[in-house]
Amino acid sequence: MSFDLLVSVSLVYVGLLFVIAYWAERRALKGGVRWLRSPLVYTLSLSIYCTAWTFYGAVGYASRSGLEFLTIYIGPTLVLIGWWWCLRKLVRIGRSQRITSIADLISSRYGKSALLGGMVTVIAVVGTTPYLALQLQSVTLSFGVFAEGTPGSFPVPDQRATAVWVAVGMAVFAILFGTRNVDANERHHGVVTAIALEALVKLFALLAVGIFIVWGVAGGIGAVAERINASPLATIPLDRSRWLALIFVSGAAILVLPRMFQVLVVENEDERHLATASWAFPLYLAAMSVFVIPIAAVGMSELPSWANPDLFVLTLPLAHGHDLLALLAFLGGFSSATSMVIVAAIALATMISNHIVLPLWLSLRAEAPGNLRLVLLTSRRLSIAGVLALGYVYYVWSGGGRELAAIGFVSFTGVVQVMPAVVGGIFWRGATRIGAAIGVSLGALVWAYTLFLPSFGPDVILPARVFAEGPFGLGWLRPHALFGIEGLDPVVHAVIWSMAVNCTGFLLGSIASFPTPLERLQGAQFVNVFDYSRGPRGWSQSKAEAEDLLIMAQRILGPLEAQDLFAEEARIQGKAGFLPDTTPDFLDRLERELAGSVGAATAHAMIGQIAIGTTVSVEDLMAVADEAAQIMEHSIQLQAKSEELSRTARQLREANQKLTELSVQKDSFLGQISHELRTPMTSIRAFSEILMDGAGMEAEERQRFATIIHDEAERLTRLLDALLDLSVLEHGQASLNCDTVRLRDVIARALAATGSVQPGAGMAIRRDTLDEDILIHTDTDRLAQVFINIIANARKYCDAAEPQLRIVATRRGGSVAIDFIDNGSGIPVQSQSVIFEKFCRLSDQSAAGSAGLGLAICREIMQKLGGSIAYLPGQGGAAFRVTLPVGISERAA
Amino acid sequence: MGRHVLLIEDEPNITEAMRFILARDGWTVSSHADGATAVNAVSRAKPDVVVLDVMLPGRSGYDILRDLRANPDTEALPVMMLTARGQVRDRERAESFGVSHFMTKPFSNREVLDTLNSLLGP
Repeated sequence: MSFDLLVSVSLVYVGLLFVIAYWAERRALKGGVRWLRSPLVYTLSLSIYCTAWTFYGAVGYASRSGLEFLTIYIGPTLVLIGWWWCLRKLVRIGRSQRITSIADLISSRYGKSALLGGMVTVIAVVGTTPYLALQLQSVTLSFGVFAEGTPGSFPVPDQRATAVWVAVGMAVFAILFGTRNVDANERHHGVVTAIALEALVKLFALLAVGIFIVWGVAGGIGAVAERINASPLATIPLDRSRWLALIFVSGAAILVLPRMFQVLVVENEDERHLATASWAFPLYLAAMSVFVIPIAAVGMSELPSWANPDLFVLTLPLAHGHDLLALLAFLGGFSSATSMVIVAAIALATMISNHIVLPLWLSLRAEAPGNLRLVLLTSRRLSIAGVLALGYVYYVWSGGGRELAAIGFVSFTGVVQVMPAVVGGIFWRGATRIGAAIGVSLGALVWAYTLFLPSFGPDVILPARVFAEGPFGLGWLRPHALFGIEGLDPVVHAVIWSMAVNCTGFLLGSIASFPTPLERLQGAQFVNVFDYSRGPRGWSQSKAEAEDLLIMAQRILGPLEAQDLFAEEARIQGKAGFLPDTTPDFLDRLERELAGSVGAATAHAMIGQIAIGTTVSVEDLMAVADEAAQIMEHSIQLQAKSEELSRTARQLREANQKLTELSVQKDSFLGQISHELRTPMTSIRAFSEILMDGAGMEAEERQRFATIIHDEAERLTRLLDALLDLSVLEHGQASLNCDTVRLRDVIARALAATGSVQPGAGMAIRRDTLDEDILIHTDTDRLAQVFINIIANARKYCDAAEPQLRIVATRRGGSVAIDFIDNGSGIPVQSQSVIFEKFCRLSDQSAAGSAGLGLAICREIMQKLGGSIAYLPGQGGAAFRVTLPVGISERAA
Repeated sequence: MGRHVLLIEDEPNITEAMRFILARDGWTVSSHADGATAVNAVSRAKPDVVVLDVMLPGRSGYDILRDLRANPDTEALPVMMLTARGQVRDRERAESFGVSHFMTKPFSNREVLDTLNSLLGP
């Protein structure tokens, strides 16, 4: 068989796949053929889990490690059998949230975090790269096998050149069918159909080789069993820790590998397909693995010891001259490699364009992007090419000569770092963005250090010294023996450490941080996805809907209004009762009515939930939250308004009370004035009338009555003067005539004035005229008026046997205090506070003969002069202190 | 019959004027200037008619009137109130306490005499 023939067969095969994919794509667009969307196609598409690693590598793996290869089948089998627990939830979330990739799932769960999306994308790319290299390697090796087998027929091709061409070819296929359009749901019917066909080809090829080996070479099942028992396989012990670690890693991988997520979740047409896949896929895996041990055992006994066991599937048929069977096996391996690479490339390209290119593009370009679709498609095409180029680079760097299985586990362990964030995200509402970011990044770092970087081998990236002694000679940091834990298999070591660090970081980070509102909403939607979504459901209009709507409307609008609304609609539709058909018109109307009460977004979401069966999207919920916030804002404003109103009301009440008090005061004042005026007038009138009658009066009596009239008239005049004086002072109209005067002179003048008014009162005055030698600048007349008033009061009211008045002047800084203290019984404590009020008279007015305005006037005057007058308690007799500013500087004094 | 009038008034000049007028008209006049002891003064003096000022030291004329009306001996005693606070409210208040006549200061002498004479009856 020539190399050209092999290439031709490959090209024809790829051409066939093109046709199938193209046809399926067209059919799907037109409405499709039913079987294209059957659960069987779905199950077969899952077979991209079985890559070239499985097709070729499983035999090699079995030859080296016995039954351990089964772990990579047991993990996924357990996950699929337990699909009800986790897979179903993932698929439901993927459909209800329109998830496009594993990165999208995590980003979306944690509040649409762009950072997490980017991180997961990077991890996925890095984690998938070894895997892509693996496929290139296996295809390149398989080409090489044919070259070695027939050395004369064609020149041994350059392995790297072959790998380049394989990579280019796969990139072209992936670009053609993976980026034809940018669907909202990112489903690729053509590709899925093509890989389903490839799944059949690889299963058929492996079974054919297996049957040929068992019955054609070994001679039946019994003979094979004997060979197995005779081979070293039978004596390989089970490494329990590796088994557990590998089952865990492969089980987790099927959930989170980008390509598996693509076919399991994104390409899923119908949730019920999972039920079929849950038994059919394990069956497929069993079929793929049933001949692995026989092929390995026969290969080890038939072929020379230097033969690469990874290629027994090809070399055994070739060794027995079955070129066609070998060609079939080659196509099987080719199928395994291409299907994996194409789906992985598409999945990664979607992630790169959505989570790295697009955010960068949008942040770099301020203006609205003109053709986003073109940007997306271009970035996806470039990403596919870039991803395959990376795979090629890894293939070249890692030497391309190592066993397939080891590379596979490096890849798995890397990608599995996102699993805690995924599983935590869909089962634990407390999981937060911070926790996920910490867990994923720490896990990825540990993985890179303990497994990925060392996988290139010593001195490629990490120097050999680091492997032996640790970085900087720190032995506890050796990549394969962290913290001094030695003796573990590198994969087990990496799995344990990376997952431990990852999960711990995730848990602690989540507990310590607080989720944003969007995160909480998304968390609720993910964790409670079965409550939020109703699964597949028609647009049927049922009576139950109208009833549900009525119940809801009653709660919001009130029973009467809601029933009226429904009854009216029913009447319009010509139906009796309260339950109209839920026509779109009616739903619109109901939505408007509800919107008036609860806001448009809430109303829309409620009606959508009940009548149309849509799930409530995050946007809906955010809108609801916005409305609630607005309503709250309104209510806060209202509350502020009402507080302001009650404050105003209180102020008004207080003002009103003050006015009422003032009015009462005014009435009382008017009553007082009336009394004070009428009393002297009464005497005057009465005596005037007596005098007018004239007859029968002594001259002496006549004289006396006239004197009374005169005195009363004077009293009246004094009263009027005082009132006018007070009024002028109180209303601020009094002008001051200030000049500089000696305090001693003012006091002397006041004493003289009171002495002349009330001669012979016999009150002793005690004063120190030296102390009084103070220059003051003030209205002398007004100050004298105050002094006169105080001295006159003392003369009038002092009830001591030998009345005496002490006048003491004291200079205190910029002011002077003059105390007037008599030796009478003083003013009772309870009256001291009222003596400065108008018309306050403590004793008989007969004794005083005044209106009770004197001290009120004094108070007003002192206020005018910038000083004060106060009663001094506890001085023995009545005591008043007049304080006033000196009014001139010290120097002038 | 006796024409005994008791003046309860704290303003000496007014008391003197009324005393002169009433004495000239043939009344027996006694006077009292303190509010606090006025009710006792009425009981002691047993006047035929009382002239009662409102603003008195110690006790207001209204309180004195109320006490007089509460006592069976004096409940029918003619009382003329004289006040310098001539507001409507004062008059109403006096009437509600059962005043016989309410007069505002300043008054005309003739009016006082006529009122007191009419209060005693024919």
